[in-house]
Order: sequence, then structure tokens, then C-alpha cells
Amino acid sequence: MCGNEAMAEAAILADCDAYFGYPITPQNEVPAYMSRRMPEEGRVFVQCESELAAINMVFGASATGKRAMTSSSSPGISLMQEGISYLAGAELPAVIVNVMRGGPGLGNIAPSQGDYFQATRGGGHGDYRTITLAPSGVQEWVDLMPLAFDLADIYRTPVMILADGILGQMMEPVVLDKKPKRDLPAKDWALTGAKGRCQNIVRSLYLKEGAVEQHNYKLQKRYKEIEKKEVLCEQYEIEDAEIVVIAYGVVARTVRAAVDLAKKEGIKAGWFRPITLWPFPSEQISAIAEQLKVFLTVEMSLGQMVEDVKLAVAGKCPVVFYGRPGGGVPTVEQVLEHIRQLWTKQK
Amino acid sequence: MKTVFKRTPTYKDVPTHYCPGCGHGIAHRLVAEAIDELGIRERTIGIAPVGCAVLAYDYLDVDMIEVAHGRAPAVATGMKRTNPDMIIFSYQGDGDLAAIGTAEIIHAAHRGEKITVIFINNAIFGMTGGQMAPTTLPGQITATTPQGREVSSTGYPLQVCELLSVLPGAIYLERCALHKPGQIHKAKKAIRHAFELQVNKAPGLSLVELLSPCPTAWRVSPPDALRWIEDNMIKHFPLGCFKDYKEQQK
Repeated sequence: MCGNEAMAEAAILADCDAYFGYPITPQNEVPAYMSRRMPEEGRVFVQCESELAAINMVFGASATGKRAMTSSSSPGISLMQEGISYLAGAELPAVIVNVMRGGPGLGNIAPSQGDYFQATRGGGHGDYRTITLAPSGVQEWVDLMPLAFDLADIYRTPVMILADGILGQMMEPVVLDKKPKRDLPAKDWALTGAKGRCQNIVRSLYLKEGAVEQHNYKLQKRYKEIEKKEVLCEQYEIEDAEIVVIAYGVVARTVRAAVDLAKKEGIKAGWFRPITLWPFPSEQISAIAEQLKVFLTVEMSLGQMVEDVKLAVAGKCPVVFYGRPGGGVPTVEQVLEHIRQLWTKQK
Repeated sequence: MKTVFKRTPTYKDVPTHYCPGCGHGIAHRLVAEAIDELGIRERTIGIAPVGCAVLAYDYLDVDMIEVAHGRAPAVATGMKRTNPDMIIFSYQGDGDLAAIGTAEIIHAAHRGEKITVIFINNAIFGMTGGQMAPTTLPGQITATTPQGREVSSTGYPLQVCELLSVLPGAIYLERCALHKPGQIHKAKKAIRHAFELQVNKAPGLSLVELLSPCPTAWRVSPPDALRWIEDNMIKHFPLGCFKDYKEQQK
């Protein structure tokens, strides 16, 4: 199974009721897989006329209390931003998978991490955030799917999975099993027909003076709670490190190999990987910065996450960047060379 | 004493925000009556558009959602596919359905989604201040056609029923008008029929187009607005049934 297919099966195991999608490379295995598996499970698959339609079908299914998802790749995710903003405004859960490719524009179909800003800053209009999960391997992607659906339901917010073309196409052995759900609140807001209760209304328009301001404070309070409770990250060989290399997604694996090689050369290197890109592990990074000489951020972009690293470090140590955009994938040797250069400069 | 006329329960007993002479109040009432007569209030979900009727949920006492401009047929698809026993209807204006949402309505009809669409055609963008809609009549003065709609550069009025009638997935298409009691009565029958098809799980989309007065944006008095429908709109938007599943079955 490639990453795209394993993720799709994991969504089914996580009780996803409906998948809505539109073809785009490099995630075409997802709708193909779902078109076969969802009907087998008696669930819903629709190939939509556009990504606009896909995200709005997710919006409709979610409003009735169903677990709904879509997947796409960068240009398609741009089209979905209107709907994602409406999901955030109307407080509807949804899972959106972005198998990133090179951009801007039509770009190419090679792996990239160029959509970090779009995912972590909200992406659409308005003052909102999207929980963003970044798996680094197929097993982790599979494991994050039930969490994504749970977080969406608990916080009534869209959750984005930020993967990339490598992860989507890569084959790795995986264990697929049904995970117990977290404690989920009842969906008493859902549109299920006004039987024995007053009508339910799902909306994002508030015309009364000050109402949208209050609505934003309410959302903000929830975002603060997410920042407090839901940060996920992984670290390695941090204790006596003087250089820590930070990366997310598949790039983090390349970086880890480079860190191992650097350590063999006697370089005091460590490794840090955010799993949630929003909420960002700022506190953890800030704590590490106290002991460090330098942070090296490596991305498949020309520097997006590095801005969050700098905000977290807040000047406690230098933050250096290395990245390749538009389908360029940093190699172990390239990362190692950057680590060596930093080490020499520090000495 | 026998009650011969009363407010239908699904139409809430509150004043609306609509302008004097507006057709939305009538259209809302007809939808509410159809829902009550069919006894489907408790399993109906309505979709409000972006436009003057965005607050339709303040007047219709069913579960409702407000969605992005033009996207109602896609949202309806998501709802109906995951809840085949619920009755799903969208209520959309001509800016919403015939301009920004053209792709969504065509493809919902194309797929034969088992939903009901109430389409309000008042030949103008009402809420944003009376701009040209795709349905604006040739020569009609609007905020964005100050010299009157010039068909050589802006096209002719978009005829939605005619356009959809070629799609097998659209099973019932009827155009009515809200300018005369007799026509309103016909509109009511059409709306009820459209819902009934969905209740009976007929295999496709039903749409009722309502020519509806907008005296404020047309800058005429309410009585003149009704005359304008009769004298001008119907010429470009002929009334009648374009397609009916019942007829096809015979």
C-alpha cells in the first residue's frame, strides 16, 4: 500500500462516513481507493466537479453530524480555502488532507512543503487557525487519522493533514487497526431534523453589532485551549547538543540520518520534529534554545516554518535555514554539509 | 366559527426584514406550507443562500444552514448523500445560483442529486445594491448597467430551467411567478410537487424557478414591480413546466 491508500484505509477505520474529492496528482490513489472501499462499507464516495464542490460537500455532510473528509494537493487546497474558512466560522469538524506539490501556480507534481503558511495561518479569510498535523512516515500518517477526526469533533474545527508527494507515493509496511476514540462531545448542534427540539442553525454570519467580535473571542478561546493541550513533537539526542536540526514531515527523516552521521564525526548535533505544525511546539523549542549554540531549520521550501522557529527561539540563539523549493528534496549529504559548516563556525 | 385561513406553523410568526413588495415573504410562506402539508418539517434541512434570503432561517422553522455564495447544491449533495431519508432543499437567488453557483447547480442536476431547489429570479442582485445579474433583462438599468443592459457585451438573460432541461438528472423543472394570486397558487402547487418528488424518492433534482418582484432594486413601486413581471419578465422567462418526472413516467 502506498501512503495515500494506507491513509484512506485509516480514515475508514476512524469511522469516516463520507469522502468527497476531485482528481489531482500526487494524491489520485486516495479517490481511487475510496471509490472502491467506501461503497463496500456502505458509506459515501462522491467524485466532485471541483475542489470548491468537494469542500462544500464536506461542509454539508459535517453539518448533519457525519464524519467527512476530502483530500487534494496544493492547487486544489487553494480552491478549498473558501470552504475551510466557512468550516472554521460555522464551527464544523472536517478532515482535509493536503499531499503537497511544488508551487506557486500549477507548479509541478513533485513533493514540496510550500503550503506551510497556508495551512498554519488559516489560509482562507478571517481570523482563524486550522489544526495541522504533519506525519513523517506512512505508519504515523495512519496513526494520525483517528486523532485528526477526534480533534475535529472535540474542537469543532477543520483539521488539516500536511503530507507531501513523497509520503503519498511511498510504500512502507503499516499496521492498520481500529483505535479507541477519545471522549467526544455529543453533536447536539447537528442538523438532523427539528424533531422534539427547537430548530438548529449552522451559520457563520452574525449581523448584530459586536456579534462577530464575540464569535471571534469564542473561537480564540478554543484555539488557546488547543495550543495548551494538543502539541505533539519528537526529539532526539537533545541533551548535550549544541546544534539542533529541526524539520517536519519526510524531510525530518533525511535530517535525522544526517544528524546521526554528524554525531559519528564528533559533532554535537540533535534533532527536533514538530508533529503538530499548529499548535506549534514553541515552548519545547524555546526550552531547547536555552542550551544551544544554533538551530538549523530544514524545509522543502525557501523558509516558512523557520519563521515559527524564530518566534519560539525569540533571539536566544541564532536560527539558520536551509531549504529547497519547488520539488527539490534536500539530501542527507546536503544537510550534513550544512551541519558541518555550522559546527566549524561555532568552534 | 370555521377557520379558513391561518399562518402555517413552519412559517414563524415574526416580522421579516424584507422590503415592502418583496417576493421572498411569499416564497418563504409557500415553502413552509408545502413542508407542513407533506408533514416533513421534522426531517427537513433547508439551505439559505448568500443574498437577501440569507436570514431565511429566522423565518422558516426547520433545521437550516447558511452556506457560501453559490455553493448550496454542493452542500445539499453532502447532506443528502449522507442522509438519504432527510428532505434537503436549497433556497437560492439568481446571483447565487445563476452567476457564482452555476457549476454547482449544473453538476448537482447532472448527477441527479435527489434534492429540491427553490430558485428566486428577480433579475438583479438585491442585497448588494441592485447590480446586474445574469438574469437581468436587455436594456434593464442596474447599478452596474447605468445605460441599461447591453447584450453585445454582457449577454442575454440566463434561462436556468431551459439550460437544465437537457440534463437527464433534472427530473422536474417549472417556472412560476409571484405577481398574481393565480400564479402564486400555481407556484405553491409546483413547490409542493417538487418536495413530493423528493419524499417519494424520485431519481433526480427538482427545481422551481419563481419570478419574484424586487421593487427596491428595480426602483419602482410595489404595484409597478408586479406589472413589470407581467409586461417584461415573462417575455424573457416564459412560465410553465419544462420537465416533469410524472409526465415521463406515463
